[in-house]
This record gives sequence, C-alpha cells and structure tokens, in this order.
Amino acid sequence: MNIVYTDVLVIGGGLAGLRMAIGAKRRGHSVTILSLVPPKRSHSAAAQGGMQASLANVIKAQGDNEDVHFEDTVRGSDWGADQRVVRMFVNTAPKAIRELAAWGVPWSRVKKGERDVVINSKKVTITERDEAHGLLAQRDFGGTKKWRACFVSDGTGHAMLYAISDQTIANSIPVHERTEALALIHDGGRCYGAIVRDLTTGVLSAYVAKATAMATGGAGRIYRVTTNAVICEGIGTAIALETGVAALGNMEAVQFHPTGIFPAGILVTEGCRGDGGLLLDGAGHRFMPDYEPEKRELASRDVVSRRMEEHLKKGKGAKSRFGDHLWLDITQLGKAHIEGNLREVKEICQYFLGINPITDRIPVRPAQHYTMGGIRTGHTGESATLTGLFAAGEAACWDLHGFNRLGGNSVAETVVAGMIVGEFIADFCDRPDNDIDISTGLVHEFLHREQAKIEHLLHGNGAEDATALRVAMQEIMTANVGIFRNGQDLEQAVDVLQDLLRRSRDIGVKYKAPGANAELVTAYRVQKMLKLGLCVALGALTRTESRGAHFREDYPQRDDARWLKRTLATWKNEADTVPTLAYEQLDVMAMELPPGWRGYGAKDYIDHPDTPQRAASVDALRKQLNGADRFATQRSLMPYEHMLPERLRGANERLDEPLDDADHDRH
Amino acid sequence: MTDTKPIAFANGGARSAPAETGQGVAASGETPSGGSPRRLQISILRYNPQEPGSTPRMQAYDLEEADGMTLFIALTELREKHDPSLHFDFVCRAGICGSCAMVINGRPGLACRTLTKELDRTITLAPLPVFELIADLSVNTGKWMRAMSERLETWVHLKEEEIDLSRMEARMEPELAQKIYELDRCIECGCCVAGCGTARMREDFVGAVGLNKMARFRLDPRDQRTDADYYELVGDDDGVFGCMSLLACHDVCPKQLPLSTQIAFIRRKMIATGWK
Repeated sequence: MNIVYTDVLVIGGGLAGLRMAIGAKRRGHSVTILSLVPPKRSHSAAAQGGMQASLANVIKAQGDNEDVHFEDTVRGSDWGADQRVVRMFVNTAPKAIRELAAWGVPWSRVKKGERDVVINSKKVTITERDEAHGLLAQRDFGGTKKWRACFVSDGTGHAMLYAISDQTIANSIPVHERTEALALIHDGGRCYGAIVRDLTTGVLSAYVAKATAMATGGAGRIYRVTTNAVICEGIGTAIALETGVAALGNMEAVQFHPTGIFPAGILVTEGCRGDGGLLLDGAGHRFMPDYEPEKRELASRDVVSRRMEEHLKKGKGAKSRFGDHLWLDITQLGKAHIEGNLREVKEICQYFLGINPITDRIPVRPAQHYTMGGIRTGHTGESATLTGLFAAGEAACWDLHGFNRLGGNSVAETVVAGMIVGEFIADFCDRPDNDIDISTGLVHEFLHREQAKIEHLLHGNGAEDATALRVAMQEIMTANVGIFRNGQDLEQAVDVLQDLLRRSRDIGVKYKAPGANAELVTAYRVQKMLKLGLCVALGALTRTESRGAHFREDYPQRDDARWLKRTLATWKNEADTVPTLAYEQLDVMAMELPPGWRGYGAKDYIDHPDTPQRAASVDALRKQLNGADRFATQRSLMPYEHMLPERLRGANERLDEPLDDADHDRH
Repeated sequence: MTDTKPIAFANGGARSAPAETGQGVAASGETPSGGSPRRLQISILRYNPQEPGSTPRMQAYDLEEADGMTLFIALTELREKHDPSLHFDFVCRAGICGSCAMVINGRPGLACRTLTKELDRTITLAPLPVFELIADLSVNTGKWMRAMSERLETWVHLKEEEIDLSRMEARMEPELAQKIYELDRCIECGCCVAGCGTARMREDFVGAVGLNKMARFRLDPRDQRTDADYYELVGDDDGVFGCMSLLACHDVCPKQLPLSTQIAFIRRKMIATGWK
C-alpha cells in the first residue's frame, strides 16, 4: 500500500488551491498539491476580463470602497449570500490584488490625462487624474455601481495564475500533476486525506493529511453547452458529497454567461460589454434597454442571460444552421482598444469563428458558466460536519455569491479565499489536538474499496456505455435544468437522472488498460457527476421561487418569506438515487443590507416577515450614527472583522482615503 | 529606455498569422455545408510505452467532417466513437491553456483551435518531440516546464519578502506594464521547444520559453536581479548561447510572441555582461 504523508493536502492546482498552499507552507506546514493537469493549465487561466477590488483609481471608480463593493455583491447574489463572508471578501480583495501586484502580475495601469471611452453607446472623453498615473486601472463590469474590475488586458486569469504558480515553485511546494482524488478518507466525523489515482499509471495511493483542502473548481461539464474547460466536472465536489457527511450548498444556483460564442460555447469576456459593447438581435436592434432601462447590457449576468433567452423565444434572434443566436457588437470600440484590451477575444473570434471583431459582430448565446453552489463551509473554509475538510474557490460555498455571482468576483474570490482559508488551515494544523491518529486499517479499507470499484468497471462485464450516459445527462441538464425552469421539466429531469444513475452502476469499460485510460476516467466520473446533477435538479425542483440565476416560470417571484434559506444536500447512502435535502435559514435580523430590490431585474418579490423591522432598525442606526466614519457605522450594523485572520485585518489605503499610522493600527 | 529596445530581425514575417478578416478561416478550404461533407483521413502516430508490446506506428482513421470542426472535436469523436485507446490532452479547448500542442502536418501547433477545414483532407498528427511521451499524442510538458522554472527561478525576486498589504500598490508606467504582459502571454505549450534544433541536441537547453521568461523578468522593475544574476542562469550553451538562430520557435509560437527579438536582445546583454 502506497501512503504519502503531508500536513496539508490541497486538491486542485488552480488559483484558490495554489494560494491556500502558499499560505499554509509559509506558516511552516508541509503541503502537497494534487492536480489533474499542470497547474498553469487550470481553468483559472481562462478568466479573461478582470478581478473586482475596490481600489478606486480611475475617475469612474472614484468613491468606490468596500461598502459599495459589499452592496453590489449582496444585490448581485439576490440576498442569497452570507453577508459577513461578503464583508470579509470585499475587505481582503484590495490586499489580495496588491499582493499579486508585488508578485509580478502586469496589471494594466492608469494613464493620466484625457482618453476616449464608450459608455452606453456614446463616445465620451474622460480625464484621469495626474495622481492616479501608474496605479492599477479599473474597467466597468455588470451589476456594479463603480468601475471596479482590475485587469491585465483580457488575460487576467492567465497572468494571475502564472504569478501564483511561480510563487508555488519559489516556495518549493510539490505538485503531483496528472493525479486525481477518487475518495476522501474519513471516519464519519474527521477527514484524513484522500485516495488518489495516478492518471498515467493507474496506481492508487493514499495521501494522509491533517487538513484536506478542496479547490477543484466548478461542475460546468454536467451541462452540454458550457464555457468551462473539459476538466471542470465537479469531481472534488462530488467526492465530498460521497462522504455522506459533508454537505453541498445551493447546488441549484447555476450561472449562465450571456456571451458564449455560438455554437461552441467558448467564453468572450464581460469586459466586451463593460468597455461599451452592445447586444443586438437578428434585426440589428439593441434590445437590452427595452428590458432593463437601468443597467442595459450591464445588469447582472442572470438578468442579461434571461432577457436574451426571452428575446430569442420571441423569434427575434439571428438565424443560423445551428439554431438562433444574438450578436455581440464591439466594432465601435475600435482597433486600438480591441488589440490592446480585448486581444484574447480577437484571437478566439479569428480562430474559432473566422471573423474579425474589429469589423464583424460576434454570434453569442448564453452558456453555462459558473457553479455558485459547492461544498458548504463556514467562514473559515472548513466543513461544519467533517472536521479537517476545507474548501475554497468555485468548489466551495462559504457563501459569497448566493444565487448569482458578479463578473470579476470569481477570480477575486479564488485568491481572497485562498489567503483567508490558507491562514485558517495553518491555524488548524498548529493546534496539537488536530494531530491525527489514524489506523492503517482504515486507510487500507478506503484504498481497497476504490480499487474494487475500478476493477468492477474494467472487468465486471457491465452493459452500459459511459459516454452515452454522460451525453444523456448533459442533454437533460441543458434542456430541463437551464435558464428557464419549471416543475414539470424538473420532475422529468430528476426521473431521467435517477435512471441514468442506476444505469451508471452497470457501466462496462471496453478499453481495459489499467493506466492512462480516458474511457475508464469517464466511467467513474459520470457516476459522480450524475449525483451532482441530481443535487442541482432536485434542489431546483424543490425551491419554488425565483432567486438570482434560479428562475422558475411557475414561481417567478423571489419569495423571502419561504425561501430566504440555503439548500444543503447530502448523499446519505451509496445506494440512494437522490440526495437528502435540508435547509439553513438566513438571519434577516443580522443583515447589514436587508432584502430589497436589486436595482435591476424584477421589482416584485415577497418580503420576509422580519425585513421591515430590520430595515427600520438599520435606518435608525444609520441616522443615529450620522457623521460617524463609515467603519464605525459598519461595525455597529454587522461586526465581522474578528472573523478575519489577524494579519488580513485593517483598512485599505486609497488615493482619496489616505491611511495614517493610527488608521493602520486601529483595525 | 534604449536599454530595452529590441533588435529587429529580418525573418520575423515567416510565421503564419491568423486570419485578419472574415475571409480568412471561414472562407479557406471548401465548406462542408451545401455539398456532401468531406471524409477526413486522420493519421496518428501511436505508441504507448506503458502497454506491453506497443511499438511506434502510424494509424489512420476515417472521419466525416462537420461544420466548425476543430481537431479537439475530431479527436474527441474518434476516441468516443471509434477507438477508446487513443491518448491526447485537451483542457480549455479555447487556445488559452496550452495543453494540446502537437505536431500537425509536420508543424507544432495548438490542436484545439485548428479548424479541420483549414487543412487538407489527409491530416497527420504526432506528439511533440523533446518532451517525455506519455502515450500517443500526450506528452509531459508539465514536468519539463516545472524543471525549467525551478532552474531559471521564473518568479519576481523581491527586495523585501513582507509586503504591506494595506498600502497602495507601487506605480508602474502603463506602457511598461503592457510590454511585460506582451511577454507574460506565453502559455508554456511547448511548441517553441518542439520546433527547436538546439533542444534536440542539448537535453538541458532552456528553449525560447525559458529565454523569453528571462527577458520578461529582466524588464520587470519589481525583480531585483541584475544582468550578472541572469548571466549565471542563461549565460552558457544550455542558455542563450546554445541558440543557433534557426528561429522556428518564433515561427510556430501560437501566441505570436516576439521570440526572435527577445533572444537576440538577451544574447547581446549576456555578451556584454560576460565581457566585463
């Protein structure tokens, strides 16, 4: 039996995993990272347009700060987010981006003086302040009051991932590439690491660790049309679910990005619209102002995607042999801007569509993009039910995004959560009572069980074809659990998925090689992906309201009275064909921003009974504290700072908010 | 800043540029719509060192072309419907992650963004040379790149380890940030190494990917290293003096990085440093 020991086992080599690993390593713990692919090939690299951090350097960002970022994020989430986690996040984002700036990320910078930009379809000249020259620049993104998305041309994720990955190498942290965790080792209360398969040789090993940290990204590939990389199959989330102990939060909250290129589904960044790009229909008409006069193309992603599909349903799309689509038009931004700030978009258009976005419109249609749900953790990133299991980034639900994530908040979350959870993991490992005492018998039992499953797939003479099951799953998820949902379609989806899950227990793999074997990999993954699909579909069926990205045609209103709560899914027994759902109430009386209208999208919703009372007490407190500094006001509404690791506390300096030494130490 | 001005190279135009207009990719080759679709013949160099008795051989597959088909779509279809034993790597399938570099009709390139309609009916695919072969078209670029990064220390060497995260970021000229990003766009796909004559002869040659990184960090004012430090890293035949200026690296780079000018520039700087 191969056993590898490490203090911290990080599963996933994208931004969140790497940043957690660096944090734990710098605190003196041994760390091993597992990654399906070389870390620089992780899906983090595909983030294009920007990272939200309220630096307020460009003139259109002036007045931005943590408070504005907080409100945008909570409204974006449709009040599904944990507001204390949002506070932790918005306060750490400027610190995270400044760390990355020091580590060498070539962030685009402010140039003083006049420049032409396109705002709401008009050319406008704006003047950048002299004193902002050379600081990090911001661009506009959807659902935000201020320009806040810091960017590296449109290769933001790539540049961040390379800088952090190189820091991992600088810190001598080993990455075991081309390995996959198949199961978590646990005793029903404590996690001890994972059973890991070498994807080249097929050999299984046990990795035993004090702390196990999941950072395996999203599960977009349970859908047919997705912007996600082919490795984003949610396997990390699924193996947490398969413990039967750890819970998944809000899996029905799935984001569809407005601008996947049609029909391939490859992403073109929200920066296209942030920089002034328009959405046009088949007749060349700009339709978004008709639906969303307030934010137009720059409402939140859930709203824009829904409006696009609504417009397509009216027959207003452009026709093509692959079906109907809409147009993204960035031609008015000009050659210099596109070649400077949207060059990846230009490459994608050239190579995959054979068009030039400087002169041609881009065919687009919404595509699955982001998994808001994930492994449910507290604010420290640790599971409440499985000690020693941590999660961060898209794989986690701590819960920053609620029912809709704002563009640019995901790459920000990866590094922010990486910093915060990395510290908490180090704290966890520092405590002597977290030393582990595990019998090799338990390790062997888990290893043997996983080996037996693989043997069964290879030599059990099963009759089912893994690829066919995966295709059927992707079809039903896309058709019935997409942007517009209803009870009948969702019931059908749950039935179909259950049937597929039962059939997946009888998969037979035709190619018998024990080592590198894509068919075998598909076989064991589809069994896990179907469970995630069921969490999404059953969660969506049960949630009889519309909130953020979860839209029910038969229940179109947000219903705070009944549904201001988080879905928790667990998989109690291996033989089950549906997850067990439970709910966790959100406490309106503790909210800094009580539920209300988002500022875009539907205006009618059903209030929670506590909302008027909480809104009144928040108003009264604000009046009473009128004149107090914004930090004091915030503290009295919803204290959170004690929840942050000590070294990440404190105010952030800005041009308009200089930090004197007293400020620096005060927090 | 005459110091960082790159030296122009005469043969920079040899690389194949992507289509600049709508007539490019879309109109080249016959489109499958309308008439009957083409039958593609995809010939793949097969060899799986893990499989007992496996020997290198060419294997041809017949496949019907579809609209908008890329080599990603074609290979996936071959594996799912015809031959589950095929090995290859794709991750982002959007030309961003660098996983899928292979030798396409004799030339290293990214398979995911190669449209079959740009190619003849007969397509030959082989794994990238130089890198450790995993099986068929799958090679271990990750291992090679990590070793190169460790050796060249491809990270910003800061003056101070602790950064005050509450304070404003250090300023940088916008043009300089853009110049650094220009070189930072490398996706470590391995095409430049696969196309390199020196890399075939010298096992430890750092390749254009490594030399480009040296140029990138040298340009970065946050990095405290001096030319003397860089000389220690690349001032030998496994570094910049191993380059024979064949410049296939420049021609095949999928990100169109200015590799020929950067290598020439670094070589000049290293000669000047070594001379002292």
